[in-house]
Amino acid sequence: MYIATARQAPAAGGTGRIAANVLALGAVSLLTDVSSEMVTAILPLYLVLGLGFSPLQFGVLDGIYTGVTALVRVVGGHAADRWQRRKLVAGLGYGISALGKLGLLAAGTSATAMGLVLAGDRTGKGLRTAPRDALITLSSEPSALGRAFGVHRAMDTVGAFLGPLVAFCLLWTLPARYDVVFVVSFCFAALGFLVLVLFVRDHRDVLPRVAVSLRNAFGLLRSRPFRRVCLVACGLGLLTLGDGFIYLLLQKQLDVEVAYIALLPLGTAGVYLLAAVPVGALADRVGRWRIFLAGHLALLGAYALFLGTSGIALLVGVLLLHGLFYACTDGVLMAVAGPMVPEELRTSGLALLQTGQVLARAFSSVLFGAMWTWFAW
Amino acid sequence: MVRFLIVLAAVVVLGAGATAYALRSPEKASVEVEAGPVELAPGRLVFVDDVSGKVASVPLGAPAGPRRVSSLSCKRFFTAARQGLCLADGSGPLPGAVAVFVDQGLGEQRRVEVAGVPNRAKLSASGRMASWTTFVTGDSYAQSGTFSTRTAIYDEQTEEYSSNVEGLRVEGMRMSDDMNFWGVTFTPDDRTFYATMSTAGKTYLIQGDAVDSTAKTLRENAECPSLSPDGKRVAFKKRVAGDGARPWRQHVLDLATMVETPLAETRGIDDQVVWLDNDTIAYGLPGEGIWAVPANGEGAPRQLVPHASSPSVVS
Repeated sequence: MYIATARQAPAAGGTGRIAANVLALGAVSLLTDVSSEMVTAILPLYLVLGLGFSPLQFGVLDGIYTGVTALVRVVGGHAADRWQRRKLVAGLGYGISALGKLGLLAAGTSATAMGLVLAGDRTGKGLRTAPRDALITLSSEPSALGRAFGVHRAMDTVGAFLGPLVAFCLLWTLPARYDVVFVVSFCFAALGFLVLVLFVRDHRDVLPRVAVSLRNAFGLLRSRPFRRVCLVACGLGLLTLGDGFIYLLLQKQLDVEVAYIALLPLGTAGVYLLAAVPVGALADRVGRWRIFLAGHLALLGAYALFLGTSGIALLVGVLLLHGLFYACTDGVLMAVAGPMVPEELRTSGLALLQTGQVLARAFSSVLFGAMWTWFAW
Repeated sequence: MVRFLIVLAAVVVLGAGATAYALRSPEKASVEVEAGPVELAPGRLVFVDDVSGKVASVPLGAPAGPRRVSSLSCKRFFTAARQGLCLADGSGPLPGAVAVFVDQGLGEQRRVEVAGVPNRAKLSASGRMASWTTFVTGDSYAQSGTFSTRTAIYDEQTEEYSSNVEGLRVEGMRMSDDMNFWGVTFTPDDRTFYATMSTAGKTYLIQGDAVDSTAKTLRENAECPSLSPDGKRVAFKKRVAGDGARPWRQHVLDLATMVETPLAETRGIDDQVVWLDNDTIAYGLPGEGIWAVPANGEGAPRQLVPHASSPSVVS
């Protein structure tokens, strides 16, 4: 099997600089994340208070799309590889999500229209993730992949920070004007799309095209190292508690005021933001796989803290370890898997891995949710 | 360089467009306003004026006529025994609320900071027991975006305050984390109350006891109860099949016979209704103002006050 060693060449004289393409993709992610997190922060408020949906209806709307995105990811990854048009597929994903913000305005009070718009948004997210990560791997020096992903994820997280802030400040100055939030969210998404179109270069080397087929994409799993990565990532995904649980456990144990619950995820994100680049660089030096596994030890440590500590130590410790978990796993896993997959199948391979991980985590969420309700912890 | 200029131009254009959109003031409805103080005086219908967001009142005999508007901003207002309970947005960028107790002249007596987004507010007939409900995100395990309700009960006499009635022991039900309560209405003994409980995707009408924190379920599929002045009937909204976005129909339940009667209003009422008297209920419809309909299921709905919500009557 063709292994992507050809790209070692620039590494020999490696400057250690982050490729302009990675920075451009980071900027796109930042702007898009501002946009999507703005909506995520206020959508429940809008649906339940603005439109009178019941919380149950909202949960159903929210829940059905995980399966859809999983499928879209694999198909999108395959299309990107088949035509070697990663930028096009990613752009399609970013574009659909941007238009979706206008769709929210247009959907009005119709539950069906709202459902369709949300489905479109998820589809956009599913489409863009794998080609974007493939582009990052193809644009970076293999020896500095971890750091490249670190930079990208840090920029992404800045967007996630700013989004809710922008949304709540808008609603604060213009009470109940959810429509303005959607319009501003669209503006950020449109800017992100524009930056992608103007600044991101597609990676379209002349590559052996024969090998691109869905069968060969799944055939990647015949390679032992890649199969091991997929199996371990999915297995660990099954054991990963959803973020919501962590914050809820913290709230229960510390009796956090409800108004501040919304701030807990910012703690995790802050650590992630600060640690993403150094951890990525460290991963390049000591081994990405090792760091990926260490990340799960950090998560285990966070769980352990619930048994042994309380008060401020618990709060700080859990958020710190939880943020480190993300820094050690999210981009690092892509940096681990990228070089294992031949370039012409890069997007399919990453899509396959991400899909498996997403499904494993979704399954574990449902399972823990059921247990939570059942045992009434 | 050209690329940077294009992005810069896009920032300017999009920024200007968004600003213009935000500032484009939504056309204000015009309502007839008369001078005069808003007092919790008998014979007046008190409500939240949709144009100004302030508490306002009209004579019950001429509800469509000119209104008096106060300076008190509320999302939800309720009056009983010449006292008022105002549930308003908190000040700050994060969602928060404040429950303000006011006297007959709408002067502030006491305030309680509350988490969440204002939803329901009610006083018992004597004015002693107050209860309010807010929506809160984030304390649900399943999804970061899902909602739950928090319902507080405040006893003005003992100053006892329970910020969330979760923890109520419901007869024949396992205690569970997904139990949510909202829309409390007190009986004249200031101890017994009716409310909504939801758990596992179903809603129930419950009868609770505020002193020993117990409750029993009376009926499935009932939300936002409101007790009639004679204490014999409860109006509530019931989920009906059909339109997905507005799925409620208002019903009145006779507590003695447990017979329920659908009301003549077929538009979905998402409100905790009030009783104008033993025969009539009033409610707000978003964008349609305040309406009234006979409580016996006959007749037809009629509009009382345009551009208004959260009605209550001073008796």
